[in-house]
Formats: sequence, C-alpha cells, structure tokens
Amino acid sequence: MAAIRGFGAYLPSRVVTNEELAAQLYCEAGWILDVSGIEERRYAGPDETVASMGVAAAEQCLERAGAGAADIGMVLVSSSSNERRFPGPASGIAHALSVDGIPAIDLPVASAGGLFGMALAASLSAIYGNILVIASEKMSAIVSRHPLERGVAPLFGDGAGACLIARGEDGPVEIVDSVLHSDGAFAEDLRLGWDAPLEMNGRSVILHASRKIPSAIAELLGKHGQSALSIQVFLMHQANQNLMDRVARALEVDAGRFYSNIRRYGNTSSASMQIAAAEWWKDPGPRPGDLICFAAFGAGFHWGALLARAV
Amino acid sequence: MDNKDRILGIVRKVSTKTALPAPDESLFDSGFLDSFALPDMVGELEREFGIKIPDSDLNPRKFESLARIQSYIESRM
Repeated sequence: MAAIRGFGAYLPSRVVTNEELAAQLYCEAGWILDVSGIEERRYAGPDETVASMGVAAAEQCLERAGAGAADIGMVLVSSSSNERRFPGPASGIAHALSVDGIPAIDLPVASAGGLFGMALAASLSAIYGNILVIASEKMSAIVSRHPLERGVAPLFGDGAGACLIARGEDGPVEIVDSVLHSDGAFAEDLRLGWDAPLEMNGRSVILHASRKIPSAIAELLGKHGQSALSIQVFLMHQANQNLMDRVARALEVDAGRFYSNIRRYGNTSSASMQIAAAEWWKDPGPRPGDLICFAAFGAGFHWGALLARAV
Repeated sequence: MDNKDRILGIVRKVSTKTALPAPDESLFDSGFLDSFALPDMVGELEREFGIKIPDSDLNPRKFESLARIQSYIESRM
C-alpha cells in the first residue's frame, strides 16, 4: 500500500505560439492546432536545465504536500532530454534539494517515465518511505535541431512535474494498483540519437498508442471490478488532443473526463502527466471516494496505467 | 459483397475523401488516411471481419493500400 501526498509543477515563462513556429516551419498556425490541439507551448530559457526545472517542480510539490526535504527517502527522476549522457539529473536534483546520501535514480523513459516512476515508487515506498518522483523535460533543445520537422517540432514543449509518494496510508489518495508494459518490437518508430533530430513514425505511434492505452486502462480497471465510467478523472500523458479523444471514445466515456492542458503546454514528454496532475490536484482536486486513473504511452514502446482512490 | 468491397466501404467510412482509391494506391500519400483515421480503420476491419489483429501486426505498411489490406485480412481469415 502506498499513497499520493501531492503534486507540483514548473513551466518556463517563455510562451511560444503556433504563429511563431508556423513562420519557421512554412505551415499554417491553424494546421498545428488541427493536428494536435496545441495552441502554444513553453520553452526554457538558456540558463534553465532539466535539473533546475525538476528542482522547481519538486519544491512546489513538497510545499503543497506539507513535507520537507528531510522527509524524502528516495528520488526518482524521469527525463529523456537531459543535456548530457551521464550523470543523469537525479543526483544533481537531490543535491539541490539538500538530500545527498539517499538513492537518486534516473529513469530515461520518454513520455511514460512519470507513470513508471510513480508505479515503481508505490512498491519501493515500503522500503524507502517517502519517494519524490520527478519528471523534467527540455524538449525544445531537441526539436529545435535542424532540419526542423513540421510533424515534430510544434508538438513539444518544456516543463517539469513532481509527485510525492508515501508509504502505507500516509496520504489523502491511496494507490490501488498499476499495470506496466514494454515491447521493443517497434523501438525504432520513436527514437532520439545523440545530437540527431527526433525521429517519429507518427502513424505507428498513434496506431499503437490509441490501442495500448485503453487496453492497459481496461486491464487495470478489470482487475479491480471497475469500469471506465466509475473514474472521476483520467490524468493521461498529454501527447495529442486527438489521441486523448480517441482513448476516451475507446473506453466509452466522455472526453471531458480526460483532464487536458495540451492546448497551453504541448507535449512535455514524461513531465506532462504530472504537470496535468498538479493542475487538477489544485483545482478541483480529489474528493473522498474519487477514483483517479493515470495513463501514459511512449517510446520503447512503454505504456501502462495506475489507479488511485481518494480516501 | 466481396472482401474488396467490404474493405473499400470501411476506408470510405473512416476517410474524409469520397473518391475511390486505386487498389495499389497509398492511402496515406493520397490523403485517404491520416494517423488518426488509421486506428479507426483497423478497429472497423476487426469488427467487419470478426478478427483480432495482434499488436505485432500493427505496422502501418500492412494497411498502406486496399490490396495490402485485402491480402493481410485474407491471411487472417
């Protein structure tokens, strides 16, 4: 048994509109909105890093959870856009939070890393106590690489999210269960080499995501005798509004149950789910009895879902 | 109705285009299917032909044209 004590997020201040990108990509701003549901995204400044954004999200998370750095027993950091090969951002973030000495582990899992981190923390909290799960991405540094891809560059933005997972029932929302899956058969369909542009077979990614996400959610809910209709809110990786709408349709629930902020932030890869959760947690937030379903899909492919219940 | 006509009916159902694609014409390049119409079409094919397409076969190239779709579907029947 593990519990969620709270979420935090950080978004850089610079807003990049579709109009600004359309001029560079020789396309219409309206086309970007039509194919993605994205109107604008945030880009980090030159002095902002994966680690610095992760620290900012973590600090907000701890403040909202009423916890201090001394309460943390482990740090898990998801990022697919770290500025260097190694070390990853986890140890630096732990140092900045003044928790040197505890294990700080990197999870380089694009898009689904925030979900995988939460699911792993739910199990590891029995050993390590409070675990801070951070997902931070500076995707602008990747999608700005030339040649600019019209089908990729407008989709992504920067930001960070954080979640504090506690042992036992020490939190307002208990984690009921999770399902995680990986399949390397299509690993080449979404990949990022060192210093190379991001390569994405969009048809394959959308085809698999539109089937695997609802399948994982149904698998998880079925294990616990629940249906999608019993879920108060779906907090899903914010990849594409059209994808979220299709997942809702596959589960036969109203798309309004899927919290969405993709219009404002674009796809912030593994950070997006926790950024969405931080916003929803603040307003309207969980009420006793609410069932909350998290879900994500990303490069690898890796995908899964996590079920939580407000107590 | 033969398989070819059943497949054509599905493509026309999920596509925004009303013209008839040639058997070997790329449904993607010609604009009959986009990334989001593809999963819709695959779901419709499963329902129409009463088959379950495994994840390992979810390669867009298998569904590139009417001829490829027909070949794949008939291999699963």
